[in-house]
Amino acid sequence: MNRTTRLFAALGLALAITPAFGQAPIKIVGLVELSGTGATSGTNFDNGVKLAVKEINAAGGILGRQVQYTSSDTQSNPGVAKALAQKAVDDGAYVVMGPVFSGSILVSMAETQRAEVPNFTGGEAASITQKGNPYVFRTSFTQTTAMPKVARYIKDSVKAKTVDLMWVNNDFGKGGRDMIIAALKAEGIAVGADISTDPGQVDFSSAVLKAKQSSGDALFVYTNEEESARALRELRKQGYAKPIIGETVLTSQKVIELAGDAANGAVAHVGLTADAPLPAIRKYDADFQREYKSRSDHNGLKGYSGMYIVKAITERIGKVDGKAFAAAMKGAKISAKDYPGVLMDVSFDQHGDIDRESFLTRVENGKQIVVQTLPPLGAK
Amino acid sequence: MGDFIQLIVSGTATGAIYALAALGFTLLWQAAGVINFAQGEFVMLPAFAMLAGMLFGLPLWLAFLLACVASAIVLGAGFKFGIVDPLIRHGVIPLVIATLGLSIAVKSIVRAGYSAEAFPLPSPFPSGQFSIAGINVSNSDIGTLVLAGAIVIGLQAFLNKTVTGRAMQAVAQNTDSARVLGIDVRRMVLYVFLINAVLAAVAALLITPTYLAKFDMGDSIGQKAFFAAIIGGFNQTRGALLGGVLIGVLENLVGYYVSPAYKEGVALVLFLAVILFRPEGLLGKAEERKV
Amino acid sequence: MSDLREAAALEGHASRSAGLRHAAILVAVLAALLVGALYLKRSDVYLLTLTMVYLMATLGLNLTVGYAGQMSLGQAAFFGIGAYIAAIALKAGVPFLAVVPIAAVACFFVGLALGFPALRVQHHYLAFATLGFNVLVFLVMRNEEKVTGGTYGITSIPRPTVFGWSFNGHYAFYAFTLASLVILGGLVWWLLRSPWGRAFAALRDNPIRAESLGVNITAYTLLAFAIGAACAGVGGVYYASLVEFIEPGPFHFSVSLMMLLAVIVGGSGRFYGPAVGTIVIILLPELLRSSNHEALKFMQKWYLVFFGLAVVALMVWLPGGLLSFRDRTLRKRSAK
Repeated sequence: MNRTTRLFAALGLALAITPAFGQAPIKIVGLVELSGTGATSGTNFDNGVKLAVKEINAAGGILGRQVQYTSSDTQSNPGVAKALAQKAVDDGAYVVMGPVFSGSILVSMAETQRAEVPNFTGGEAASITQKGNPYVFRTSFTQTTAMPKVARYIKDSVKAKTVDLMWVNNDFGKGGRDMIIAALKAEGIAVGADISTDPGQVDFSSAVLKAKQSSGDALFVYTNEEESARALRELRKQGYAKPIIGETVLTSQKVIELAGDAANGAVAHVGLTADAPLPAIRKYDADFQREYKSRSDHNGLKGYSGMYIVKAITERIGKVDGKAFAAAMKGAKISAKDYPGVLMDVSFDQHGDIDRESFLTRVENGKQIVVQTLPPLGAK
Repeated sequence: MGDFIQLIVSGTATGAIYALAALGFTLLWQAAGVINFAQGEFVMLPAFAMLAGMLFGLPLWLAFLLACVASAIVLGAGFKFGIVDPLIRHGVIPLVIATLGLSIAVKSIVRAGYSAEAFPLPSPFPSGQFSIAGINVSNSDIGTLVLAGAIVIGLQAFLNKTVTGRAMQAVAQNTDSARVLGIDVRRMVLYVFLINAVLAAVAALLITPTYLAKFDMGDSIGQKAFFAAIIGGFNQTRGALLGGVLIGVLENLVGYYVSPAYKEGVALVLFLAVILFRPEGLLGKAEERKV
Repeated sequence: MSDLREAAALEGHASRSAGLRHAAILVAVLAALLVGALYLKRSDVYLLTLTMVYLMATLGLNLTVGYAGQMSLGQAAFFGIGAYIAAIALKAGVPFLAVVPIAAVACFFVGLALGFPALRVQHHYLAFATLGFNVLVFLVMRNEEKVTGGTYGITSIPRPTVFGWSFNGHYAFYAFTLASLVILGGLVWWLLRSPWGRAFAALRDNPIRAESLGVNITAYTLLAFAIGAACAGVGGVYYASLVEFIEPGPFHFSVSLMMLLAVIVGGSGRFYGPAVGTIVIILLPELLRSSNHEALKFMQKWYLVFFGLAVVALMVWLPGGLLSFRDRTLRKRSAK
């Protein structure tokens, strides 16, 4: 080989073996419920994040760096979530996505807070953002925002004087129940039967019978996915004819799939839905189906938009710095025009709570139809 | 009053399903000395088999029949020859532990190999209600009662009226005497395993529309089957029936009149009460202390 | 005569040197654990501490299952009772060193109360009674919100402060737990060497003969069960402090089953059996999950499958558990 060739060969070799500067990947860790009672929510959330990461990496990553996303199974167990959070912190995560279940995030966020790592969650329990943790951020409404919207709908459209409640006995369900009771009271609506059910409950015959025999004008159902499906089936089986209203879960994809015909007629307020008539969401819906061969539920949207929020804020602060990120999140406003990945204009407050448009949906013929779009609370 | 009757009817229907699982469980113990901790998974697997069948486009009844056959072969004969026979000579405890291990392995195979999510299965009965004297009873409850009832009556008839059935009972009561009488004990025991597998498959057909097929659906049904068998009397097949129905009905009544939170406690309290005060079960005969 | 004495002296020598060897290995292992952990990541130290906490419970279970020959399906319930007692007491300011014996004694008496009626009738009913007990305790933990916090559980459980020294840090608590485990193990070891221990062994090996020799089977079985329960209670106290948060989930009946499997897989009736078994069910899956090899990561999803099948296989070929492997090969060798 002559000298020039050797020089080029050496250069080529050097380039091949030297890691290019500034190309170290950004580590994002997912703590998700991949088994246990939260498997549906966790899997969807995880898939949403993965889809976003795939798109972001294909478009050049964040600040020129590729995103490396790994997820672990919390088994819907807060103790496991806590241990996994520690691990994520030890492994140098920039941002942690998840867990989805309120019970788990409440425990694991102590770890991410201690290490000053920003933590996005799909959890909806009000208490998540009431503990003064500056590192936790929602990807969906808190129950304190959602329930007043539901109550208003019940008063204006359903015109019910008394509402029966069926809720699941965990942080998510209990928090929701407490919030809806407060919201109903504010609208002058009384609470009829107060029916608690268990996570993972299978037999809803006595719960539904109680609802049937009560004098309430409508039923508000606030349970997790599988239980909602079973409740709807039992309600149909027993010929329940009064309006059935829920929040987010009741008209979600998985529930419709599991409940079949029994879901028709159910109404729910949702913060995010793959059926929303917005072009960004339509595109997401199609991409998700192509990637995962099934429709995304609201948790997928949470994960997807959450990941794009990470991209948006990181680019805004210009560096990969957790502390700066958390500071920049306070009062942040991100528009869907600049970042289509966030799907809808979104703004954050000082506590990590989110404000956005939302939708009223009804299940017709096995499909979720959006019947109304409600503006963000802050816009009123 | 209407509520009460409705609760009793739907409770009996649910209880009948528990009874089917408990029946097989009891038969296994009596005839083969096997405490099958994987009984719940014996219900879960046929449920997924039916799901798979329907994914291939088969109608429900065909998927069910195929699931029964597959169950009988794998969970009946396969279980007996592959696991019980090699282990029974080591004693009861290693066998129980093995069924525990089997239960964990099977659940994890479904979860890792297929999915951790829940899947719907259509009901074999048309939806809708039936009105008798002002009381509403759902079609599926009636269907369940009829089907489960038919099977139980059929099984009892088989056990009491046919030669094979009586031979099986003889084996259950006293294996050695049965052998001396010239009964092919091994064949009778095999039949018991086959029957158990099919009973579990029927339970799957009846309960999955409500429970939804999920890898861990066997946990709660296995537990109820176990409780039902003990409550009714572990050494009496009719006991399994009574135990199952009792649990189903009382759960509904307690869940409605008392407290939904402790509904699951009903089976449990009954179970504990029986163990402490009438250990042979409500219908069982007191076991002599085997020296 | 002098031959016999000589033989006895030789045997004494042999067993004494075996004993010394045993002690030396133990000290070496403990030293390695103490020093090695200084170089490990925080989450790894947490994992080791968690393993030790579960080991306290399985050590107790081994007494019941391995030495007294009873099947207990409720060890997680006692684990949970200890944990909830600790959570409530520690948050109320009761010093850690007082909480441990309180939990132990409470679980001991609950164990007696549970075992007494069950054993009076038929011995295999203890298994059923413990199963029912576990399910009941779980339900109570989940529903009695005022006391147990219900599904929300109890948060912010403090770590121990002993004589003014705080063991809050992850390594400090690890060392504290290790020391406590050694003490607990020592107590159990002493118990097994005592006349009581020999009565337990007699129970397991030949209950009828034991009874004919005057050993009250029921009383000793009950004792073994209650002591096993007390050990689990102690473990629960450490669990509460370790995780700093408890809820009913970790005390579900399925956890009792895993503890039972840990004891049996390790080798029931062998002193170090629970250690082997607990490592298998707690450490191994975590190591698989967090490894960087793709092949091992794949294993993580399938771990339970292999574990379940391994249990079945173990029961067929090595029903005495992993630690009985050495005996089997020795026996085979001597049989030749």
